[in-house]
Amino acid sequence: MNRYSYTEKKDTRSGFGAGLMLAARELPQVVALAADLTGSVKMDAFAKAYPDRFFQVGIAEANMIGIAAGLAVAGKIPFTGTFAEFSTGRVYDQIRQSVAYSQANVKIYAPHAGLSVGEDGATHQALEDMGMMRMMPGMTVIHPCDYNQAVQATLAVARHDGPVYLRCGRPTVPNFTPADKVFEIGKGNLLQEGSDISIVAIGHLVWPALEAAAALQEKGIAAEVIDMATLKPLDTACLLASVKKTGCVLTCEEHQINGGLGDAVANFLVRNYPVPMEMLGVDDRFGQSGKPQELLDLYGLNTEGIVKKAEALLARKK
Amino acid sequence: MLQIGELKEMAVQVRRDVVRMIHGAKSGHTGGSLGCADFMTVLYFNVLEHDSSKFTRDGKGQDVFFLSNGHIAPVLYSVLARTGYFPVEELGTLRRLGSRLQGHPSVSHHLPGIRMASGSLGQGMSNAIGMALAKKMDGDGHLVYTLHGDGELEEGQIWESAMFAGAKHVDNLISVVDHNGLQIDGATKDVMDLGDVHAKFAAFGWEVLSMNGNDVAEVEKQLRTAKERTGKGKPVMIVMETEMGHGVDFMKNLAKWHGTAPDDAQAEEALKQLPSTRYGDY
Repeated sequence: MNRYSYTEKKDTRSGFGAGLMLAARELPQVVALAADLTGSVKMDAFAKAYPDRFFQVGIAEANMIGIAAGLAVAGKIPFTGTFAEFSTGRVYDQIRQSVAYSQANVKIYAPHAGLSVGEDGATHQALEDMGMMRMMPGMTVIHPCDYNQAVQATLAVARHDGPVYLRCGRPTVPNFTPADKVFEIGKGNLLQEGSDISIVAIGHLVWPALEAAAALQEKGIAAEVIDMATLKPLDTACLLASVKKTGCVLTCEEHQINGGLGDAVANFLVRNYPVPMEMLGVDDRFGQSGKPQELLDLYGLNTEGIVKKAEALLARKK
Repeated sequence: MLQIGELKEMAVQVRRDVVRMIHGAKSGHTGGSLGCADFMTVLYFNVLEHDSSKFTRDGKGQDVFFLSNGHIAPVLYSVLARTGYFPVEELGTLRRLGSRLQGHPSVSHHLPGIRMASGSLGQGMSNAIGMALAKKMDGDGHLVYTLHGDGELEEGQIWESAMFAGAKHVDNLISVVDHNGLQIDGATKDVMDLGDVHAKFAAFGWEVLSMNGNDVAEVEKQLRTAKERTGKGKPVMIVMETEMGHGVDFMKNLAKWHGTAPDDAQAEEALKQLPSTRYGDY
C-alpha cells in the first residue's frame, strides 16, 4: 500500500501560478512575461494583480527571452512563460547568449512539458527540453512533482540568484507533498526508504514511482523512492547514499532518456559508483495525439512500466 | 565633452586603436569597426550620459548602450578605454588567452562597460527593450541606445523586437543601424535586399531619422535630435549611412574587410593614413 495519499489532483502549472503570486508579494523586483498564452501558463492572476509588472510579448519567444535578459540586467527578476518546447528548442541560442553566458537572472518557466500535454501532439510535447537546459553552463533545472511542490519551487526560484529552468505540466496529478514544505534547490527528497532498489523519479512520474514501490512491496521487494526535483545541480550525495545501500538504480522521467534524468544519474554513477541501472523514459521517439493517460500508458510511463523495469533490473542485479 | 576638432582627432585615434588591436590579434572585424568609429566616439564622449568611474551592470542612473552587432567589439573596447572604463594598455590584449577583451563582448570576463554578451546577431534590441522597460518602472529618465549592423536586420528577432518597441511605445530607446550596405557574402542588396529600411521601421511605429555616420558634426546633431524625439510615444531609429573601412582607402566599401585582419604591410599603410594624434597610442 502506498504510504502517501492525496485528497485532490491539481496541475503543477497552477502551482506555479500560486507560487508566482507569493513571490510577487515578497519580492517587488519580480516581473512576468508571456507570449500569448497567459491563461494556459497560469500567469493571468499575476497579470491582473500586477499590470505594471506584466509584459505581454505576443507570439515572439526569442524577443521574450531577450527582453527578460535586459530586465534581469537592470535588476528585475523576470519569469518568462510559454510551453516547454517554445521555452527551449525555439530559443536555445537566445538563452545561451543573453541568459546563460550573460549570467542574467532569468527564470524560464516552462509548463506543458512531456507527453501529458495530450491531444495537441508531438509539436507541443517537449521531450528534449531538460536535456537542452541541463547542458547549458550555469543553468539550474527544476521539475516539480505536484502542485504543492510547484508552489514552493516557484518561491525558491524567485529567491535564487541565477538563471533557472522551471519545468511544469498541464494535467492534474495527485497533490501529495506537504503544502508547507520549503523547496530546497539541489536537494533530492527521500520519499520512501528501501534496501533492494533505488527508484529515482522526477515530475509526473514521482507518484507512479510511489505506486510502483507499493506494488513491489507486495512482492517482497523494498524499493527506495527519491523525488529528484532538481535535475541540476544533481543531489549526488542523496543518490550515492541510496545506491550504496540498494546496489541498483532505476530512473523515471517524462522525457527522452537521452539527455534527461537517466543521463544525469548515469553520468555521475558511472564515474563514481557504477551499479546496474535502468532508465524509464521516451526512447528516441516523438510523442503523438491522445489523452494524457493513454499516451503515458502507450509509452510505458506508468506504474506498471516502472514495476516491469524494476523487476528486470533486479534480475540483472542478482 | 570634446569640441568638434577634438572629436575628429579622437575618432582617428580610435581607428588607430582598431587597426593596431586587430593587427596584433591577427584576427577580428576591421571594416565595421572603422566605419562606426565616428559614431561611437561622438556617442561615448559627447552624448551618452554615463560615468565610467561609477559603472554598474544594472545601469541605474545612467544611459546604457548595447552593441548588438558584437563583432565590431574592437571599436567599443577602444571608446570604453578612452572614456576611462579600463586602462588603454589593455586594448593590446584583444582576443588573447585570458583577456577581458574577448573576440565578442562577454560579461563573464567582467570588463567594465559591458552589460550583455553579443555576437550571435539580432538579440541586442530585445535586451535594450528590457533595460528600457526597467528604467520606466524605476522612474529612471535615462535612455537606452543600441547599434546594429544592416546585415543583422535579416534576423527575425530584430523584427519581433521592433514590433514590440513600436506597439508598446518604448520611447526611451534610440537604435542605430549601421547602413553600410555590406555583409560577409557581399552587398546586402545581393545577399538579402533590405528594401526601404526607413519605411520598414516607420511602419513598425518608430520615429526614423537619417545621418551620415562618418561626419562627426552631423552625428552629434542627429543624436541630439534623436534625444529630443524620445519620450513622445515612439522608439527612435537612426539609419546611419557609413562606409565600411572608412579612413583607410584600400579597405573602403569592400566586403572582404568585414572580418579580415590587416597583415604587417597593410597595418603599416593603414596607420600612415591615420596619423598619430595628441591622445597617443596604447
